[in-house]
Amino acid sequence: MSAVRIPPTLRTATSGEKLVDVPGSTIREVVDGLVVAYPALAPQLLDGQGGINRFVNVFLNDTDVRHLDGLDTAVGERDSVVLLPAMAGG
Amino acid sequence: MTIETAPAPTTQPTAHDAGRPVMAAPRVVGLACRNCGRPEPLGPSYVCSACFGPLEVAYDKDVVRETVSREAIEARPPGLWRYLEFLPVDAPPTHGLRVGSTPLIPAERLGPALQIESLWLKDDTRNPTLSFKDRAVAVAAARARQFGIDTLACASTGNLAGATAGAAAALGMPAYVFIPADLEPAKIDHALAYGATVVPIEGTYDDVNRLCLEVADETGWGFVNVNLRPFYAEGSKTLAFEIAESLGWRSPDVIVAPIASGAMFTKLAKGFGELADAGLIERRPIRFVGGQPAGCAPVATAWEAGTTDVQPVRTPETIVRSLAIGNPADGRYSVELANASAGSIEAIPDEATAAAIRQVAALEGIFSETAGGVTVAAADAARKRGVIRDGDEVVALLTGNGLKTPDARLLGLEEGTVAPSIRPSLSAFEAWLESRS
Repeated sequence: MSAVRIPPTLRTATSGEKLVDVPGSTIREVVDGLVVAYPALAPQLLDGQGGINRFVNVFLNDTDVRHLDGLDTAVGERDSVVLLPAMAGG
Repeated sequence: MTIETAPAPTTQPTAHDAGRPVMAAPRVVGLACRNCGRPEPLGPSYVCSACFGPLEVAYDKDVVRETVSREAIEARPPGLWRYLEFLPVDAPPTHGLRVGSTPLIPAERLGPALQIESLWLKDDTRNPTLSFKDRAVAVAAARARQFGIDTLACASTGNLAGATAGAAAALGMPAYVFIPADLEPAKIDHALAYGATVVPIEGTYDDVNRLCLEVADETGWGFVNVNLRPFYAEGSKTLAFEIAESLGWRSPDVIVAPIASGAMFTKLAKGFGELADAGLIERRPIRFVGGQPAGCAPVATAWEAGTTDVQPVRTPETIVRSLAIGNPADGRYSVELANASAGSIEAIPDEATAAAIRQVAALEGIFSETAGGVTVAAADAARKRGVIRDGDEVVALLTGNGLKTPDARLLGLEEGTVAPSIRPSLSAFEAWLESRS
């Protein structure tokens, strides 16, 4: 199980939960597991073509997974996954 | 000749709105998703609840058109609030920094040097905290007070730190500015001078930004470029309004501006578009040219590759810290704007940036921060590329003051520029003068 931090905008879909435990050995599996547990997240998290919505950035232990192996990035039992809006800069 | 939009600000209109219930002016409809168009209520939010896309302020264009006129604007005090009808604030605040109405200067020496016959410089180095960020922060701060937010904050590459700290000081609000720990010392000192709490983060700007997204969720502070971002971004439109007014209510052929997140670049286009929608200027095509440092050029790289898929840069390597955003929020929109307008996005090596800083200072007497060097070098590159053509009227934006990055101009110089000291005697001076001839 890895801990996934849910941003406020998505917490309606998780009944207000800020931190949820999700199984999975890769980012893809964690995201898929998240959507299975909370189906209402699907339209916000997924792009409909097997990828992540371009407005969502996924971080593994504070590193953007695009700088790692993307959706194939390995996730360990004690890792934390954070979902954040793709919103950077001034 | 220097064209001033108006004299330096001295007074602000009345009708201070702090403490009043938050009431959207009729012209401000609310927020809307830039991606899917879904309307959202006016508030300190920035993400669409349906698609996670960015929110922006939505106006009733008919109301704006019916209520604004050139004459009304020209009769108002100087500063960015003279364009109130185009801003998401109910009334001009009576408190705060006096921002905007910076001059548009004909570059009569720099223009010929760049082989650009008609070149204007928008000198935004003169804002209260010495950068264009004062514009964005003024609007965000005004809205923050209407929302009852009592603390300002930001994630900054430097200029925004000073702008947020200065605005908060003027409004009597505490400020927390989050910056990369290795930022230029002058920018850190600048924010500290205003009494802000500076929070250095061990990482890049993008690390700082990620942290601030999380902190904004937890604290409820008004992060000007996070949860106040829809309002913050609107402030940059005032650059377009002032340029149009300074040119006698018309637009130039080409705008050249720096790109970090791309927010200001895209809001320039929005600003000119809104003026045309309101009937204040004729709608004419404008080519938008952006500049990025080659050591952190995710938007320029995407544009050059012919894609709107902007890939993030993990570790920026450039002296241009103010543009060192590896994961720009408005990168895609910036590429789309450059393409749609037949413009370009140029990647500028640091040596060219330093040379351009020296060139603008030596030829026009304006000491620009690194982003201004990128902009001027981008204008040169765009002319060589053919995007800027003979006879074009070009406006280049100098968005920050060189005193924030005093060492940057020295890059590429082989010798120091400080003369050796001499004794205080006429003979010593004459000997020194002789040695130089």
